[in-house]
Amino acid sequence: MTSPVLELRSVDKSFGPIDVLHDISLKMNEGEVLCLLGDNGAGKSTLIKTLCGVHKPTRGSILMDGAEVTFSTPREAQDKGIATVHQFGGTFPLMSIGRSFFVGVEPTKGWGPFKIYDRKKANKIAVEAVQNFGITRVDDGDRLIGGLSGGERQSLAIARAVHFGARVLILDEPTAALGVKQAAHVLRIVNEAKRRGLAVIFITHQVMHAMAVGDHFAVLIRGAIAADFRKGERSREEITDLMAGGETMADLERQIEGYADA
Amino acid sequence: MSRLSIGSLFRRPEAGAFLGMVAVIAFFLIFGGINFLKPSGIASWLNVAANIGIIAIPVGLLMIAGELDISIGSMIPAGSMIVAIMSGHYDFPIWMSIIVVLGFGVVVGFINGFLVVHTAVPSLIVTLGTLFAVAGLVLGLSVLITGTTSVSIKAPDFYKAVFGQFIGGTYQVIILWWFAVTAVYIFYIHYTKYGNWIFAMGGDRESARNAGIPTTKLTIILFILSACSAAFVGMCQALLFNSAQVSAGMSYIFNVIISVVVGGVVLTGGFGSVVGIVFGTITFAVVNQGIYFTSFDRNWSSLIIGVMLLAAVLMNNTFRSMALSYAPKKK
Ligand SMILES: Nc1ncnc2c1ncn2[C@@H]1O[C@H](COP(=O)(O)OP(=O)(O)OP(=O)(O)O)[C@@H](O)[C@H]1O
Ligand SMILES: [Mg+2]
Repeated sequence: MTSPVLELRSVDKSFGPIDVLHDISLKMNEGEVLCLLGDNGAGKSTLIKTLCGVHKPTRGSILMDGAEVTFSTPREAQDKGIATVHQFGGTFPLMSIGRSFFVGVEPTKGWGPFKIYDRKKANKIAVEAVQNFGITRVDDGDRLIGGLSGGERQSLAIARAVHFGARVLILDEPTAALGVKQAAHVLRIVNEAKRRGLAVIFITHQVMHAMAVGDHFAVLIRGAIAADFRKGERSREEITDLMAGGETMADLERQIEGYADA
Repeated sequence: MSRLSIGSLFRRPEAGAFLGMVAVIAFFLIFGGINFLKPSGIASWLNVAANIGIIAIPVGLLMIAGELDISIGSMIPAGSMIVAIMSGHYDFPIWMSIIVVLGFGVVVGFINGFLVVHTAVPSLIVTLGTLFAVAGLVLGLSVLITGTTSVSIKAPDFYKAVFGQFIGGTYQVIILWWFAVTAVYIFYIHYTKYGNWIFAMGGDRESARNAGIPTTKLTIILFILSACSAAFVGMCQALLFNSAQVSAGMSYIFNVIISVVVGGVVLTGGFGSVVGIVFGTITFAVVNQGIYFTSFDRNWSSLIIGVMLLAAVLMNNTFRSMALSYAPKKK
């Protein structure tokens, strides 16, 4: 078996005296969706911020393709193919689809000081990239990001990451605040990204959404991995309980035991 | 520019500014008569517009990028006094004074930008600090060197022709400078990637930086541009009027900001256009000068400007939400 795209080995993260993550070990493979589940404050966002270069692990190591890596900035992680899409996706609401798609890597034509931004090309590529993901309603690259629906924005951000060669796609609660239809849209796009061979990390509070796309599930409780299992190994009820429970670790383990034995 | 429809024109950032400009011109035509659009009438407001306009564009760009620069209020007299003291009081050649004027702009702009980028202090406060610091420095030095706060300067014909003369007796040559820099700004802001960077920075600085945009450098450059532009305008005024005063310039702070906001720049950043700022500047200048062509007392112009500013802010929000909610018609 080939080495995982991204791997965490015994990662701890503390902010001064506050320990947020304890001994996290996880593997992310190509073409798989890892669902990161857990209650509020469990440390999910902290974990992905550690993965995408915002935080440095206090202890432990991050490996890409089996080789140890350190990211000192989010930009470095991005250059290595780790793309993060935050809630609400497009962060430039007042920019056009084409322009925001290419922020920082604008296509230009002409020469020297007269290189002009190639609006037509940018719009064309951006619209094609989104439509490739099945969002056919986006057909005008001059539309402003802020005029898109939440689902469309998420889709655009995901399409953008894939277009620029992301290998690992990190989605922090992409379906929160979305209606049923919009969420289904985003889930379809997650599946499409998976089909294209990306490793996807998907954070959600909704078990249904996790079950719909997940291949591999990790439940975080108070910064530690309380459960780590693959698709089909647990029922929906078990997962729901895992996510809802966790007053104390022991409490939760008893609960899981109880279910497993039943 | 694809498909020019009325709808797409109305969603542009300068739409409100354009309507405002047409409205005030119509207003002063009705109440002031046609004199206002005769060559001497046009000169009266075009001169005002050009002096404000050269500063308003870089200040507007800073506002699009989410920053503010009020130190321009003391950079204008600084530019005037440097050239007047160096080439009026002393006898340095003008070209040397010009280098020092622009060099001083670079230094103050850099300080503004550097402090804004490397401290969490809002740019309003940082530039309030440099506004007073530069004003004090200029006042102190001019009294120390010349013993007065007003210095005269007689520039050679060539420099007067380029920077400070009346064309045809009424039009200040700075109008041509305004047109020229406006063209350059329009090109760089709307037709190159740099404009995109400024809008992205105003939209979300953190994401812009993550996308690889040199936000620190760009912010500092914008502050340098606005400080240099203000110093340049001050220098041109000294060459035009053959004298420089320490106190001239504070009113520009308000006039410039009003022009920018009336020009459709959204105060929270991320939205606006160079052409809009030009329209806003003309609108301001027309109201400021048009009042002299009417039988109204000139104090009323402040009322008009105040109401216009409030209307512009409300309108900007409306146009902004129109632009945001635009979706092509379902076919
Ligand atoms: N920079 C920080 N300094 C100190 N404590 C922090 C910091 N960032 C996060 N924490 C703490 O770490 C814990 C985990 O936070 P995190 O945001 O990762 O939770 P989460 O699982 O993403 O929760 P949610 O589901 O609400 O988004 C919280 O108790 C939080 O207060
Ligand atoms: Mg979170």
